[in-house]
Amino acid sequence: MTDQAITTDPELDDNHQSGLASFWFYFKENKGAVIGLCFFLAICFIALFADFIAPHAPNQQYREFFLVPPVWQEGGTWQFLLGTDAVGRDMLSRLIHGSRYSLFVGIIVVVGAVSVGVTTGLVVGYIGGALDTLVMRLMDIILAFPSLLLALVLVAVLGPSLTNAIIAIAIIQQPHYVRLTRAAVLGEREKDYVTAARLAGVGPIRLMFRTILPNCMAPLIVQAALSFSTAILDAAALGFLGMGAQPPTPEWGTMLAESREFILRAWWVVTLPGLAILMTVLAINLMGDGLRDALDPKLKRS
Amino acid sequence: MFGFLLKRFGLLIPTFLGVTLAAFSFVRILPGDPVLLMAGERGVSPERHAQLLEQFGFDRPLYVQYFDYLFSALSGDLGQSLVTKKPVWDEFFTLFPATFELSICAIIFALVIGLPIGMLAAIKRGTWFDQSLMGAALVGYSMPIFWWGLLLIILFSGTLGWTPVSGRISLLYYFPNVTGFMLVDSFLSGQKGAFSSALSHLILPTIVLGTIPLAVIARQTRSAMLEVLNEDYVRTARAKGLSAARVVGVHALRNAMIPVITTIGLQVGVLMAGAILTETIFSWPGIGKWLIDSISRRDYPSVQGGLLMIAVIIMFVNLVVDLLYGLINPRIRHKG
Repeated sequence: MTDQAITTDPELDDNHQSGLASFWFYFKENKGAVIGLCFFLAICFIALFADFIAPHAPNQQYREFFLVPPVWQEGGTWQFLLGTDAVGRDMLSRLIHGSRYSLFVGIIVVVGAVSVGVTTGLVVGYIGGALDTLVMRLMDIILAFPSLLLALVLVAVLGPSLTNAIIAIAIIQQPHYVRLTRAAVLGEREKDYVTAARLAGVGPIRLMFRTILPNCMAPLIVQAALSFSTAILDAAALGFLGMGAQPPTPEWGTMLAESREFILRAWWVVTLPGLAILMTVLAINLMGDGLRDALDPKLKRS
Repeated sequence: MFGFLLKRFGLLIPTFLGVTLAAFSFVRILPGDPVLLMAGERGVSPERHAQLLEQFGFDRPLYVQYFDYLFSALSGDLGQSLVTKKPVWDEFFTLFPATFELSICAIIFALVIGLPIGMLAAIKRGTWFDQSLMGAALVGYSMPIFWWGLLLIILFSGTLGWTPVSGRISLLYYFPNVTGFMLVDSFLSGQKGAFSSALSHLILPTIVLGTIPLAVIARQTRSAMLEVLNEDYVRTARAKGLSAARVVGVHALRNAMIPVITTIGLQVGVLMAGAILTETIFSWPGIGKWLIDSISRRDYPSVQGGLLMIAVIIMFVNLVVDLLYGLINPRIRHKG
């Protein structure tokens, strides 16, 4: 690794390719991870083409069809495969459209938390000193609160909406990236290849992002998978508590909150949105486990 | 040991100051000033507004107000609830035993099931048994617990009619509040059926709140055990002819416990976050439900006080975990 970091780009790409191939070799060994990946890709497909797949519009109310059970149960009709909710909206269509919100939350939170957190971690780890102490204490304070509670309070300040829920969740996920990146940078900073690059005249910004960062990626990728699933769970929890997406948005957590009163009368309005959350989060966590095993050289041989 | 204790305690001070600063700023960054918040929708005249600002000291410089807040917080004065007009400190400690009882039961539930599962999975590593246990643990780890609670209510309260849906005990029973723990109080009261009523109210919330810690503990125990089982001293113990149960249960477990205790310590935050959801579903009269109610009623002093108290409790538990390390592993104590 030592000298490759400062060689020319084509060789770097070549090395990258074989890294990817070896990653895939280990990743596909883990059957659960592959199943998780397939399921995740399927959800992505459904979310992208929700408008074409969903049989009805998600907020269309059919006034003659309140709380119609799923098709296989007595009273169900083929018009509404998974039944309808209390105001006659098609469950299946709402679930399909709901996948958009969950994936959207996951993607925005991960992109936001990774970009800000990793940059902060790189800078404070590289510069050190008082700035490092200050930022790390700030991260300790964020971590001193239970994440969901802090998200709730932030949403209470900002006002309940999906956007504010996303901002709050991105903020509470920040410290993990800052800590991970900083620890990795501290480990890499004094290594020979970094010194060599610095002596070769590489500037600090390029040194941070091009020389050091690629060598700290493994734990960050695993953390990203983890925070993707946590973000979906937290956003659903906020929606459930009435502090996330607001009705009539077909967000899964919000759908659960709306259907709570029908819990003993119509099992499908309660069961299905939660099942959608569980399956999505489970698929991502399966992928995350596979990523960890494939990327972590310590566990690779065990 | 004393030096170790002192050093760990010293590390808490900057975080504590930061936490109070965060709780203090929370009310500050809300739109409008505190007097307008307290006046609510009735509004307040400009003269009265200025007078109240002065009366509560909101016209003083921010840092003075912060130190004022810090010192009153240290002496147990967290302000007054806007809704009930009672001191936040009293409200918190009236409700805290309910959350504490639920959390303790949940963590015991998680340990009693999670530890053996993790150990069995490690011993039977790679078999279908290991794979199905770890698969189940991953499902538990991915569980949206607010939905899990609703499912359990549908099954056990709705279909089977075994457990009640909400609250801590049936309204039929009344007895003095001795310890604040319903299980203990109902037992002490000696009333027929009171204890079993309290217990039946506790079962579902315990399962719901304990599910994620259970999954995390099982996974963590398995990987810690796997690491330890490869160590030389375990091989030596085996070679000496000790029974497998003794090797795993005594030699390996003792060292595998270190990462597991860290995990248990980290679960306190998870429990507090979970308590908000669990208590909302089961109408459990604890801190979590109080906080979510306070947030929706815009009772900011309560939210502020609750936020601070929970952070302090979590910091305290982390300190205890650190000290436990020192007890289990003398190497850490001497290094510290």
